[in-house]
Amino acid sequence: MASVAVTRPSFFRRPRATTGLAAWLTTVDHKRIGILYGATAFVFFLLGGIEALLLRIQLAQPNGAFLDADTYNQVFTMHGLTMIFLVVMPLSSAFFNYLIPLQIGARDVAFPRLNAFSYWVFLVGGIFLYSSFFLGGAPNGGWFGYAPLSSGEGFLPGTGMTYYSIGLQIVGVASLASAVNFIVTILNERAPGMSLMRMPVFTWMTLVVSFLLLFAMPVIAIALFELGFDRLFGTLFFNPAAGGDALLWQHLFWLFGHPEVYILILPAMGIVSEVLPTFSRKPLFGYAAVVFSGIAIGFMGWGVWAHHMFTTGLGPVANTAFALSTMFIAVPTGVKIFNWLGTMWGGSIRFTSPMLFAIGFVAMFIIGGLSGVTHAIVPSDFQQQDTYYVVAHFHYVLFGGAIFGLFSGAYYWLPKVTGRVLSEGLGKLHFWLMLIGFNLTFAPMHWLGLQGMPRRYYTYPEEAGWGFWNLIETVGSFVIAASILVFMVNLVRSMSRGREAGADPWDARTLEWSIPSPPPHYNFAEIPDVRHRDELWHRKYAEDERGRPVPVVAGAEHHDEADDEEEHPDIHMPDPSYFPLLAALGLPVIGYGLIYFWPVAVVGGLITLAGLFGWSLEPVAEE
Amino acid sequence: MTRRRIALAGFVVLVGLLMAACTGDLPYNSLDPAGPVAEKQAELYWLVFWIAVAVFVLVEGLLVFAMIRFRQRSDDDTPRQIHGNTRLEIMWTIIPALLLAGVAVPTVGTIFDLASRPAGEVLEVNVTGNQWWWEVEYPDLGVLTANEIHIPAGRPVAMNLTSKDVIHSFSVPRLAGKQDLIPGRTNTLYIEAAEPGTYLGLCKEFCGLSHANMRFRVIAQESSEFEAWVDDQLTEAAAPPSGTLEAEGLEYFSTGACIGCHTVRGVEPAVGKIGPDLTHLASRSTFAGSIFELNERNLTRWLEDAPRIKPGAKMPSGLRELGLTEDQIEAMAAYLLSLE
Repeated sequence: MASVAVTRPSFFRRPRATTGLAAWLTTVDHKRIGILYGATAFVFFLLGGIEALLLRIQLAQPNGAFLDADTYNQVFTMHGLTMIFLVVMPLSSAFFNYLIPLQIGARDVAFPRLNAFSYWVFLVGGIFLYSSFFLGGAPNGGWFGYAPLSSGEGFLPGTGMTYYSIGLQIVGVASLASAVNFIVTILNERAPGMSLMRMPVFTWMTLVVSFLLLFAMPVIAIALFELGFDRLFGTLFFNPAAGGDALLWQHLFWLFGHPEVYILILPAMGIVSEVLPTFSRKPLFGYAAVVFSGIAIGFMGWGVWAHHMFTTGLGPVANTAFALSTMFIAVPTGVKIFNWLGTMWGGSIRFTSPMLFAIGFVAMFIIGGLSGVTHAIVPSDFQQQDTYYVVAHFHYVLFGGAIFGLFSGAYYWLPKVTGRVLSEGLGKLHFWLMLIGFNLTFAPMHWLGLQGMPRRYYTYPEEAGWGFWNLIETVGSFVIAASILVFMVNLVRSMSRGREAGADPWDARTLEWSIPSPPPHYNFAEIPDVRHRDELWHRKYAEDERGRPVPVVAGAEHHDEADDEEEHPDIHMPDPSYFPLLAALGLPVIGYGLIYFWPVAVVGGLITLAGLFGWSLEPVAEE
Repeated sequence: MTRRRIALAGFVVLVGLLMAACTGDLPYNSLDPAGPVAEKQAELYWLVFWIAVAVFVLVEGLLVFAMIRFRQRSDDDTPRQIHGNTRLEIMWTIIPALLLAGVAVPTVGTIFDLASRPAGEVLEVNVTGNQWWWEVEYPDLGVLTANEIHIPAGRPVAMNLTSKDVIHSFSVPRLAGKQDLIPGRTNTLYIEAAEPGTYLGLCKEFCGLSHANMRFRVIAQESSEFEAWVDDQLTEAAAPPSGTLEAEGLEYFSTGACIGCHTVRGVEPAVGKIGPDLTHLASRSTFAGSIFELNERNLTRWLEDAPRIKPGAKMPSGLRELGLTEDQIEAMAAYLLSLE
C-alpha cells in the first residue's frame, strides 16, 4: 500500500525530535518510558518518605502536637496511596518497561504508544491526587477508603475522598493499559527460540503481575465508580439506611486489594530471582518451581481477601475458609524462599550492592511472611487487626520485601541504563543504614501492636505505655531517610564518575547483558536466536563433565562493539507521537470538572477524544 | 570480625530495651489476658509464635550459613551448575503444608468456640458506635449509659455491636480481640472478665477525625456491686434544691440547646437522642469517649469549646456557637456533676 500517498494535515505528522524535551514528551521508546517511570516514581518515593517522617515526628511522643488530626489523617492516607500506587507499582513498571523487551530479545513492546499513554496517565493521575493538598485537602479516609466513612456526607471534612475516587481511577487506567501491553509483549514478541520456560524469571513474574492487574483493576474501578457516584451524585451504594451495604465496599476493595499485594511483591521476587543466581554464579535453583509458585501465589491471591475482614462478622464458616486459604498461600511463598537458598547453596557468592539488597530482601521477607501466617490465626488476628502489628507485618513485606528488592534491581540494572556502575562503597553504606533503620523503625511495631496500639491514631495517651518504642521508631525512620540520601548521592555521583559498565559488568546470565550499556535505541542489532534458558551465560560458558562452567574459547558469539556504532537504517522502529500525552492530559481535566464545574469535564473528555482520534489517524513517519 | 561484635552488642542492647519496656504498665496489652476469650486468643498466638521462631531460626540460620560458607574465595571460583532437585522441592512444599495443617486444627477449633454462645446465663449489652463515643444499653435491665460498660465479673456478656454512622470497632485487648460495629448490621462479641477491675478499650477501625479520641472502659464488678449499680442507674435524676448553683445550671440546661441532643430522665424537655444520656453522668469517671477524666475543670473546658479539645466533636462550642457566658457554663457544670 506504500504507493498510495495520502496527504494528511501537518497536524498528523509524526514528531521527529530525538533529543531534548520534545523527544521525551513524544517518546515511545520503552527504555525512555522506563526511565521516566523510574524517575517519577522516585520523586513520589521522596514525597511519600517525607510524609512518613511527618507521621513519625507526630508519634514520637504521647499527645504529639506537631500535626493536627485532619492533617495527620491526610498525611497517612497519602503516604499509603503514594507508596502503593505512585511508588512500588510504577517502580515495578519502570523495570518492566526497561527490561522486558531486553530480556526477551525484542526491540520494543507490542504497543509502544499505549506504553507512553500508560506513563502519562500515571503521571497526571499522581499530580491530580497531589493537587488536592492545595485544593481544600488531600484524601483523609485512609488508602483503604472504607465506606460509609468515605462515601457519606459530612463524615470526613473536605473533598479529599472525591480526589481519591477519581485519582485512583486515573492511575488505574495506566495500570490496566500497561497490563495489556506486557501480556501481549511477553506472549508475542519473544525472540525465536525463547520458549516460555526459557524466559527469565523476572519476565515470568511480570507476566503473572500483568494478569493480576488485568483482573484486579476492573474490580477497584467498579468500587471507585460507586464511591465517586455516592459522593458526587448522591447515590447510596454504601448507605445501609437507604438499602445500601457498608460491607460491599470492603469486599470489592479487598478483592482488588489482596491481589494488589502480590502485584507489589512479585516483581521484587522476580528481581531477586535474577540477582541471586548472577552473584552466586549458579543458575536459579528449581526454575520451574519458582515460576509455578509465582503463578500459584497469583492464583491463590484471589481467594484470601476476606482475611482483611475477619472482624466484620462474616461468621465462623467464612472465617475458617479464609483462614485456611491464607495459611496455605504461605506454602508457595516458602517454596520460593527455599529455592533462593538453594540458589546460594554451593555457589560462589559475591557480596555486591545488588546482592546485599537481594539477601536483605530474603531475610526481611521471611519475617514478614511469618508474621503474615499469624494473621491467618483468626482468633489471634482479632487482637492484631488494626494495630501496629499489622503495620509491622506489611512493612516487612512491602519495604523489607518490595523496596529492598527494587533497590537490588536498581543497583543491578542501573549500569545497563546509565552505562556506569554505582559506587560499591556508597551502595554498601546505603544497604547497612537502610537495614538498621528499617528494623529500628518496624520491628518495635510488632510489640506495640501486641501491646494494643491501634493504627491511624494521630495521638495516644501517655498512660497507654507506648511512648518508648514510638520514639525508637522515629529515630529509625530518620536513619532510613539518611540511607536514601546516600543512595541519591551515589546515583548522581555515578552518572559522571562511575566505573564504565560495558555490556556485561556482572558476568550475568540473561540477554539484556549481551548488548551495550546503555543499549542503542533499537536494542538488538540482530534479533538473537535463543537456545537456552540463561542464554547469555551459555554463550559465555560451557559445562565440563562435573557441571562446572568453562569459558567458551572462541567468543564468536560475543558482541562486536564496532558493529553497534553503525546505523541500521533497515531496522524499523516505532515512531514518536504526542497523542498519548494529549489523550492522558484530558483525564485529570475530567476529574476537576466533576468536582468543581461539570462543563469542564466535557472539555476534558474532548481533549482525550482528540488524543485518541489523532492517535488512530496519524500515519507512520515518511522515510 | 568487628562487624559481628557490633551486631552482637546491638542485639544485647535491643533485648535489654525490650525487657525494660515490657515491665511498664500496659493497659491495652493483648498478651496480658484478664478473661477466657483473650486468654484463648493469646494462647493461640504463643503457639504460632514459637513455631514461627523455630522456622525463623532455621531459615535465617541457613541463609547466614550459606552466606559464610559459600562466599567467593577466589576470582576464578566456578561452582557446579546445579539446576534443582525434585526431592527437595517436594520436601519443602509438603513439610510447611503439614506444619500449617497442624496449626489450622486448634485455629479452627477456637474460631468456632469463640463464635458460639457461652454456656450459662449471658448478660446482653447493646453497644452502638457514634462519632466518637459509645452508647451502651442493657435491654433486659432497662439501663442506658455511655462509654463505661459495667459488667458482672465471672459471667459471660454478649456485646451486640452496631453503629449509627460509620464503621467502628470494639476492642478491649485484655478481655477480647476486636469486633466491628457496622451500620445496618449487628455483630455479637462474647466477653468475660475473670476478676473485678477496670479494663480499657478503644476504637480500632478508622472512623474519622477523632478516631484516636474514642475510648471506653469495661468495669467488671462483683455481682452484688453490679446489681447496686443497675438499681442506681434506673432511678430518675433528682432535681437540685432551688436557689443553688446546680438549680441555676438546670435552668440553663433545660431551656438551652442541650436538650436537643441529650436526655436527662426526670427533666421533662431533655429527651434528645443524638448525644449520650446524661441522667447519671456523674456516676461515670470519664466522658467524651472516655478521653477526659470527669471533673469540674475538664467539664468546663468541654462546655466552653468541645470541638477545640476534641477535633470534630459534634457538640457545639458553648462560648463561640451557643453564646453561653462563663457564669452559665459554671452553673451547668455544677449541675451536670450533681447527676450521680
